[in-house]
This record gives sequence, structure tokens and C-alpha cells, in this order.
Amino acid sequence: MIEGFTALYIFMLAGFTGYEVIARVPVILHTPLMSGSNFVHGIVLVGAMVAMGQSETDVEKLIGFIGVMLAAGNAVGGYVVTERMLEMFKSSKEAK
Amino acid sequence: MGFLIDVSYFLAAGLFILGLKRMSSPATARGGIVWAGVGMLVATVITFATPGMHNYGWMTLAILIGGGLAWYSGKKVAMTDMPQMIAIYNGMGGGAAATIAAVELLRGDFPSATFKVLAVIGAMIGSIAFSGSMIAFAKLQGLIKRSLVFPSQQLINLMVFGAMLIMGFTLISATHPDTDSILIFFALALAFGVLMTLPIGGADMPVVISLYNALTGLAVAFEGFVLGNAAMIIAGTVVGSAGTLLTQLMAKAMNRPISNVLFSGFGSGGGSTAAVEGDQGTMKEIDAADAAVMMAYANKVIIVPGYGMAVAQAQHKIWELTRLLQEHDVTVKFAIHPVAGRMPGHMNVLLAEAGVPYDLIYDLDEVNEEFAQADVALVIGANDVVNPVARTNPDSPIYGMPILDADKAKNVIVIKRGRGKGFSGIENGLFFLDNTRMLYGDGQEVAGKLIAEVKQL
Repeated sequence: MIEGFTALYIFMLAGFTGYEVIARVPVILHTPLMSGSNFVHGIVLVGAMVAMGQSETDVEKLIGFIGVMLAAGNAVGGYVVTERMLEMFKSSKEAK
Repeated sequence: MGFLIDVSYFLAAGLFILGLKRMSSPATARGGIVWAGVGMLVATVITFATPGMHNYGWMTLAILIGGGLAWYSGKKVAMTDMPQMIAIYNGMGGGAAATIAAVELLRGDFPSATFKVLAVIGAMIGSIAFSGSMIAFAKLQGLIKRSLVFPSQQLINLMVFGAMLIMGFTLISATHPDTDSILIFFALALAFGVLMTLPIGGADMPVVISLYNALTGLAVAFEGFVLGNAAMIIAGTVVGSAGTLLTQLMAKAMNRPISNVLFSGFGSGGGSTAAVEGDQGTMKEIDAADAAVMMAYANKVIIVPGYGMAVAQAQHKIWELTRLLQEHDVTVKFAIHPVAGRMPGHMNVLLAEAGVPYDLIYDLDEVNEEFAQADVALVIGANDVVNPVARTNPDSPIYGMPILDADKAKNVIVIKRGRGKGFSGIENGLFFLDNTRMLYGDGQEVAGKLIAEVKQL
């Protein structure tokens, strides 16, 4: 378990990291980057899997099932869409 | 096994951060998503090995259904519809975070009060991001056409928000939260997401989607704390802060504070703009042949594309037209407003798809001075981003937004489907100027005619 101040430190450092990592992003990458960060929070899938895997009652299982389904949609959809968008940047550069 | 899982999550978190870093520069962007993708795959596969888990069959089925549908829709969707797809996938992530909280709350055995508080906050944020994103999707997809504004809306929103908070406190203070309270709590949070998003106009949706993206990140981080999952905490927090910054950058590009976007009911009231419509003169038409001559014998043409170009799928024809004009020794530049289309960078992606090289495409700051020297500004499917009202009329809802000064060009040709107003519902002063000519028709069709006419010259 990650508790107390350790959790706070992780939260703070990760927060600064997120800010710094995209601080100098050019406007043309705003949409792909939003899509890319949308993909990254698809990591919720692992949480949904754990929640479903440890559920006992039928209600919990049903909610867990919905959660895993939604999370998988977030991860897979986010990846496909981001990749398609970034693909375009390649073709234009090679044309140049 | 536990050690291997920890190592994999550590690796995944690192790959996410490096991936995002690479995605923030055009040269490395394509590799960035692959890095993050590898991280996701590693984390997902190793999660199957988490001790004490069951329901594997159903779990795999859920992944296949959710992932399969998303794969199919993501591959199939047209480039123009990307923004609403981001909205819907983002909403799914928020919903997933909320379901984790729901399972944990139903089980009710939290190690300490802190975990319960975090679970409840995560549930709140996740639910709002879920229902809000779905409304954003419906609006961009055209399923909801108008912004819904009703009397004392903000008061009702505030009441729903307050009720949600009270239910949240009830859940936190109860030793074992009962199912009814949990249900009411989620219903209120979902309702608030809907109510909050309904009055926001379509033109502001990019900012709202970005905000919900950041919120989902936070919800994931909070549920990560509850589950003791470091990968979720780090990835969620990074997205939360990166998304917040991105939201600010977008709002800044529109010169509107985020609070204004969220609470002003933009593009739906319009009472003050309606009043100034009358005395603006008339729109003057031009046909394709005249427009072609005007451009072919110009020294400099600046093309201002907007969402209308994307809808008409005219970008390929426009690029063909550009090359023809270049053969006539015309200097052609593309001017992209930061919020042209439905999202920042949307137009760049579409033009890149059509094969327009980077060095012809300019940002607002780079190109705005040049309109005064341009012989023709060709506005195709853009509206609000070239509306001079933003400079002149303090009563207008878009007053103060930086615009492309297309009206300063010697001639302005506007390709437009009909006489209607733009996405925001604001009348455009540019269309009534003396140096403006309207060229009505479907963007692709008109561009085709222009190509034919230029070829004959």
C-alpha cells in the first residue's frame, strides 16, 4: 500500500512532470497530444481488472465487467485514434 | 510474482512519461504513442497475474468487447470526426474510474478514512467526466443540435452539485455505505456532468473535452491511490496536470478564461448580437469564373480553412488548386487559427493528410501581418475565426478573441454552403464588407469548379 506522505510526494512529482513534459508543445500537436494523454489514462484498465478480479457478489461482478469494458475502450480507442493522427505527420514530412 | 508486477508497472509509468514527452515534438511524435502503447500492453498483460483474482473468463470477454468496438470505431471514423471520438473514449475512461470506486464502495472495507475520501472524490470526478464527455460527443456528432439553456439553470446546477457533495459526505461518514446512498450519489454526479455540459456551445467543446480529459486523469489517479496501484497514480496525475495545462493553452488561444467557457452559456443567448445584424449591409455574390481569375492573377493568396472545409472533404481539392496557382506564380499561404476546426491543430492534421507541406502552413502570429499585402484572402468553411466583430464590437460574445485579419486583404472570397450563421451562431461582419465576395456552394464542389476555371486560363 502506498500511504500518507509517500503518496503525496508521488502526486506532487507526477504533477510537475506532466506540466513540464508538455510545456513547450507547438499548437499543431495540441489535438494529437490531448488524444495521446487520453490514451495514457486508459491505464485505468489495470485498476478495473483488479476491481473485477476481486469482486465476489454478482452486482460487483456486473459493475466490474462494465468497468473493464469501458476501460478497454478508452485504452484501445485512444491508441488507434492517436496513432492515426500522428501517422499524418509522417506523410506530410516525407512529402516535404 | 508481486515483484514482477511492481517492475512492470514501474516500467509502464516510465514509458508513459517518455511517450508523452516524445509526443510533444513533431519529429518524435509518432514514436511517442508506440512507447506509451508498449507500456500499456506490459501493464495489462502482467495484471492478469495479480494474486487472488478470479472471473478471468468474463474479464477477457469484457476486454475483447470494449477493445474490439473501440478498435473498429477508431479505425473507421473519418478524420473530421476525431474530436468527438476523443470525447467518447475519454468518457469511457472516466466511467471506468467511477465503476472501480463503485465496487470499492459496495465492498466497503477501506484501510482508512483517507482511502474512502479519495474513492468518493474519484467517483465524483469520473462520473462527471463520463456523462459530460458523452454530451460533448452528442453535440459534436450533431445528435444534440442546440445549447440547452433554461431559466435559473445555474441555480439548479448548483443545487445538484450541492446535493452530490452532501451524498458524498454521507458515504464517507457511514461505516458501511448502503446501496441506496451509493446509487443516489452516482445518479447526482452523472446528472451534474450532463447539466454542466448542456449549455456550453459547440465552439467551446474542444476546451471542455480537454478539461474532462484532465478530470479523468485525476479520477484515475485517485482510484489508483485506493487500489495502491502506482502506475495508475503516476499516469493519472501526469495526464491530470498535462491536461490542465493543455486546457489553459486552448482557452488562451480563444482569449477566454475557462470559467467563462463553463458558465457563460456561449453561443446560445446571442441577444446582443441579434441587435446589430440589421445595419450591416448586404452580402455580394461572385461566381467561380471571376473568383478564379482574381486568384490566378494575384501576387499573393492566403487561404483560411475552417471546419466547413473538413466537412466538405475539400482539403485535397484545395491543395490541387494551390499547386495550380503556384504554377501561375502566385504565392499561396495557409493561415491556421489556433482554434480552427473543432480543436487546435485539427486543420493542420487535415491539410497534412491532403499532402500540403508544412512550410506553406502558418500560425496566426506568423501570418496575420501579411493579410494587408495579400491580394486575395480565400476563406473556406471558416467563420468565427475571421469575424472582425471580435475586434470591434465589445457586446459580442467573441469580443477579444484573436482573429485572422482576413478583412484586411484587398479582396476576400468566402466559400460557404449557405447564408446561415457559423457554429457559434454569431453573425459575421466580414461577409458584409465591401471587399468581400461570397461564393456559395459545397466546399469540394466549388474548389473543383475553381480548379477547372484556373486550368482554362
